Amino acid sequence: MTVNPTEEFRAELRAWLEENCPEEMRDGKMTEEGICWGGKNWKFTSEAQKVWLERCASKGYTVPTWPVEYGGAGLTRDQEKIFVEEMDRINARSPLQSFGIWMLGPALLHFGSHEQKLHYLPPIARGEIRWCQGYSEPGAGSDLANVQTKGEDKGDHWLINGQKIWTSYADKADWIFALVRTDREAPKHKGISFLLCDMEQEGVETRPIKMISGISPFCETFFTDAVIPKEQIVGEENKGWDVAKYLLTHEREMISGGGAGLSGGGRALGAVISDTIDDMDAILRADAMRCEVDALAIGLTLERYKDQSEAGQGAGDASAMLKYMGTELNKQRHELMMSAGGSDALEWDGPLGNRAGDWLRTKANSIEGGTSEVMLSIVSRRVLGLPA
Amino acid sequence: MAKLVMTEEETMLADMARGFLDGSAPVSKFREMRDAGQTFDREMWKEMADMGWAGVLVPEDAGGSDMGFAAANVIAQEMGKTLAVSPFISSAVIAATALRQVSDARATEALGRIASGEATYALAVDEGIKFDPDACQMEASADGNGFRLNGKKQFVVDGALADRLLVLARTENGLTLFDIPADRAGVQRDASNMIDARDAARITFENVEATGDDVLGAVDQAMDVLRPALQAGQAALAAEMTGLSAGAFDMTVGYLKERKQFGIEIGRFQALQHRAAHLWCEIEVTASAILNAGRMLDTDPEGAELAVSLAKARATDTAKLAVIEGVQMHGGIGMTDAYDMGFYMKRARVGAEWLGDYSYHAEKIAAARGF
Repeated sequence: MTVNPTEEFRAELRAWLEENCPEEMRDGKMTEEGICWGGKNWKFTSEAQKVWLERCASKGYTVPTWPVEYGGAGLTRDQEKIFVEEMDRINARSPLQSFGIWMLGPALLHFGSHEQKLHYLPPIARGEIRWCQGYSEPGAGSDLANVQTKGEDKGDHWLINGQKIWTSYADKADWIFALVRTDREAPKHKGISFLLCDMEQEGVETRPIKMISGISPFCETFFTDAVIPKEQIVGEENKGWDVAKYLLTHEREMISGGGAGLSGGGRALGAVISDTIDDMDAILRADAMRCEVDALAIGLTLERYKDQSEAGQGAGDASAMLKYMGTELNKQRHELMMSAGGSDALEWDGPLGNRAGDWLRTKANSIEGGTSEVMLSIVSRRVLGLPA
Repeated sequence: MAKLVMTEEETMLADMARGFLDGSAPVSKFREMRDAGQTFDREMWKEMADMGWAGVLVPEDAGGSDMGFAAANVIAQEMGKTLAVSPFISSAVIAATALRQVSDARATEALGRIASGEATYALAVDEGIKFDPDACQMEASADGNGFRLNGKKQFVVDGALADRLLVLARTENGLTLFDIPADRAGVQRDASNMIDARDAARITFENVEATGDDVLGAVDQAMDVLRPALQAGQAALAAEMTGLSAGAFDMTVGYLKERKQFGIEIGRFQALQHRAAHLWCEIEVTASAILNAGRMLDTDPEGAELAVSLAKARATDTAKLAVIEGVQMHGGIGMTDAYDMGFYMKRARVGAEWLGDYSYHAEKIAAARGF
């Protein structure tokens, strides 16, 4: 009798999880306080969180699909699906989340040299270095290619001056990947380089921005004569826009699936509402059902695009669609959850925890990583071929 | 693990289907039929049967091509794009799936006649204005060794011209499905004048005799046979409606690129670009639900209910949006009978009601998702 290799993997994984996932990490908690972001300054919220990260990192399970030599577990798409299912089965927390995993990692895997991958990826996988994203500027929001942060060529390094904004968690990060203008004469898309910058140096300062949700996940980041050695460039000089766009597709997929409870573990909206309301009124119920129908279909679309990309039928611009649909849905979902929470949801840290903060946070989903309107313009130009 | 990607075979099938339909059943062919008051083209159905479409769900030893539910969806989706008229869903999908649940010689022979295109079927379930099989009131009272059928059905799709009828009726302890010839004494069929210009009928049954041989499956156990058949039909209809959405959408984007106002193509206006882009996104998301329904029916039919309802709910919603936006973005020309967009709109409305509307399927999903 032959054993199905994927089922064999499942059995092994299940046994490993049973033995290694601490009890406290099986509450599925993926709220702000449950997430482990890692980094030099990370304070583990419990011994269990630390142990869980270390054990996963030793197996490559913080970045299951990355190659083994760069800190991953080298899982195939089928194995990854099983990994997600088995993690969900015991309601395990994700051991580590970071922009290194979601954004920089995929860009380095695609554009980085072998040396860069060996140097930067394993510390991301182990949760040792926390990255942030230096993209937007006060004058470069939807018009991202208009970045003005300047990189002056000083032979063996660039001298960086300028300001970034909406740099999520910059105050907690160790390194920043940034879009920097290294050629001021070239057309705007052709003078940008993608640079990696150690934030632990003179000339890099961050200032948190207090948001409507009451917290400060976003920062302003200022560069004043900061130094970036020449080898810390990803891709070629002045071709950073290609890297930037590639990374954005990953960012968009992350945003589209992350918050909506679409990828694994997300509780059905009906169940969430039933926590607070026994007898849903007809209009809330109808709205919630519609939201649920759309959530299921968008979740399947995320799966379909992953399957397609594994089969070599990748559609890069599809990320714009997923981002648009996923974030608009997530906003709707949180509106309904607020409605279901009634006045209990109106208190900061009230009976429903931070429901209001989460609701307010989702309003950024359709802005960050490209607004819904930018996404629609990308679809209309690149997919539908409508004239600009 | 079943992948949500079109296989090479499915892509080839879709290409072949598109080739045939663009040549033999373009929208202009539908217009000719509509103008002539014709709701069935038996010759074209024979051609489709020769390509293996009528037998797509019929086992090979019964004369079919047995390609599976996902393949049936691929064919239905392509038919939707050009509004091709055929009894594909009624006969090749619903009736074939029902007959397949029964493994007797009579059913095998019936399957063979479906596959060859000789026999067409219609499903007579609806009695009220909404799809609700459990509410069936039509009576099949015991009479000697057989039954007497009395009652009325409406919205029997393909029912005016079908050779045979699958009729749901109430027996002593439940519901029973009968498979009878449409010309049996006491069956009176009145063709309905449908907005989509396709075959549907109101049918009256007056003391219609049925024997034990006419029962498909077991007495009082209709759902064992009917449930898989309905699911297959709902999935295929959802696929057709998604093809319909794509067809209407392609027409619309084509129009945006050529129609000029204010001296430029209207497709340059961001207001229209964003409407079109949003519609494309909705169609893409629905396409995933269709693919998933086919995969689930092929790999885990018992567990496919949620997937099928999701496909039908999404397809209904998306097709509605596609035709509303289609007409709006075409402007006045989209309102004219001379232009094809109206055909898409009318078919989308009929498809929305057939085999369960958005609410019906959303309720199924809600039940499965803790509402």
